[in-house]
Amino acid sequence: MSAIKINKLTKTFGGITAISNIDMDIDRGTIAGLIGPNGAGKTTLFNLLTGMYTPSSGDISYKDKNIKKLKPYKITDYGISRTFQNIRLFKNMTVLDNVSLAFNHNIDCNIFSAIFRLPSYYKEEERIHDSSLKLLEIFNLEDKKDELAKNLPYGEQRRLEIARALAADPDLLLLDEPAAGMNPNETKELTELIKWIRDKFKLTIILIEHDMSLVMGICDKIYVLDYGTLIAEGTPDEVQNNERVIEAYLGRKVSC
Amino acid sequence: MKWFNKKNIKMIILVLGTYAISEILIKANIIDSYIEMNLVIIGINIILAVSLNLITGFTGQFSLGHAGFMAIGAYVSAIATAKLGLPFIAAILLAAVSAAFVGLLIGIPTLRLKGDYLAIATLGFSEIIRNILLNIEYVGGASGFNDIPQYTTWTWIYFMVVITVTVIKNFVNSYAGRACIAIREDEIAAEAMGVNTTLYKVLSFIIGAFFAGIAGALYANYFYFIKPDAFGFMKSIDILVIVVFGGMGSIKGSIVGAFLLSLISLLLQSVPEIRMILYSLILFTIMVYRPQGILGDYESSVKLFKRGGKLNVGNQNK
Repeated sequence: MSAIKINKLTKTFGGITAISNIDMDIDRGTIAGLIGPNGAGKTTLFNLLTGMYTPSSGDISYKDKNIKKLKPYKITDYGISRTFQNIRLFKNMTVLDNVSLAFNHNIDCNIFSAIFRLPSYYKEEERIHDSSLKLLEIFNLEDKKDELAKNLPYGEQRRLEIARALAADPDLLLLDEPAAGMNPNETKELTELIKWIRDKFKLTIILIEHDMSLVMGICDKIYVLDYGTLIAEGTPDEVQNNERVIEAYLGRKVSC
Repeated sequence: MKWFNKKNIKMIILVLGTYAISEILIKANIIDSYIEMNLVIIGINIILAVSLNLITGFTGQFSLGHAGFMAIGAYVSAIATAKLGLPFIAAILLAAVSAAFVGLLIGIPTLRLKGDYLAIATLGFSEIIRNILLNIEYVGGASGFNDIPQYTTWTWIYFMVVITVTVIKNFVNSYAGRACIAIREDEIAAEAMGVNTTLYKVLSFIIGAFFAGIAGALYANYFYFIKPDAFGFMKSIDILVIVVFGGMGSIKGSIVGAFLLSLISLLLQSVPEIRMILYSLILFTIMVYRPQGILGDYESSVKLFKRGGKLNVGNQNK
């Protein structure tokens, strides 16, 4: 059963082709890794999947719907949620509010009940508050719930961003370099956490990562991008021994 | 009935108590008509500042067109009461709805702009409104609209202020307010988290315009004479000054700001020659020593003017 299917996806910026003719088919429940040298188009691919960019050509189908022309908030509504490479938290909001915000899209009351404080408003706010606290507990942030997000240490900001992405109730989670800037110990903990949330929330996860210990440790399948094209895909073992991958990372042997 | 808690009951008692005291003082002539007029101006300024704060302080959309919405409210209410003879409450509602409707029309195309660009576009919009009004003979053109019935009383002002503050406070302290603040903090992340950013930006614009329309109606029906020049660029700036002075993203700040600024300009009337110099100096001093405004939070006010890079670094460890 495939979670997301990408068909001949291409994105050009002026004369530059950032992504060209990519096909992918990711099964439900897998953790897929997206690797490649800097500038290979990994984040661009994420931006295409979440609707930040509109593809130049090709299709993205998710749950049998073509989502390529939808706005980002609609795509989140359909169940794709993401984190960012350079953390994008709402810095001047509390930790709790950061998570609560992501519940907004499936709220079950209208603006008038909020302004006139009708019972449906209180019911919704209570539900959001409780679910947010539960998520914060999972990520060990519940004692910092009233702290402003900008005051958290780096590692906790990363964790909060994942918590916020989960609050949007996704089926497909996109993690953009979740281990960037973490020490080996933190990376190890994060690896366990990602596996655990996959099972607990029944997610499909795609992650971009440069830390090979993390990628090789948890990914079921790895896609390698270079200059916007998919040069290899397969299990970690297959990818590690692929000549084109080694070439992309280390360069070609000089012949003669 | 969860809103029926101790805090809200205290608030209701406080609001009604303040009103009773002010009425008694007016009846006993301790508050004379001069002070009352100033209270009315303060009240109108509070409505304007709080509604602009929703747009600029909370949602982060830098609008310089608030006087335009006020002008629409004032003229609609003036026509409704003077020409059509409608009751005041209907005129106020009509004024508010028309301003909100124009807010919707203006908001949809302009709110895709950001920062300074949006400021210029909204500024242009309010100038267009002013120029249209200048050229319509039906509303008096440049010579102004005369003989508007004076319906606005202290009671109207007081309860309109209470309604404005309550509605905007409830809006801001709900999931919708969270969405607006998230847009201010990081629009891309907000959209990625499922917030329909266009909807919330336009919504905050409409609500802001709605209350600016009410302020305009109260203004027109208090001074029984309005002219387009009263709603020019400087009026928008005046409102923005109150918001920034009181603190961006703080409703209490806007109320305190409207009070203090009116009080300052009132006290300075005894020295008319250097009044504006002193007024400017006071604003200058406040902005240097408290850039976040009297009651505001620091970051958002700095971010709007995109100059506090250095200050930010020092502030992070505090």
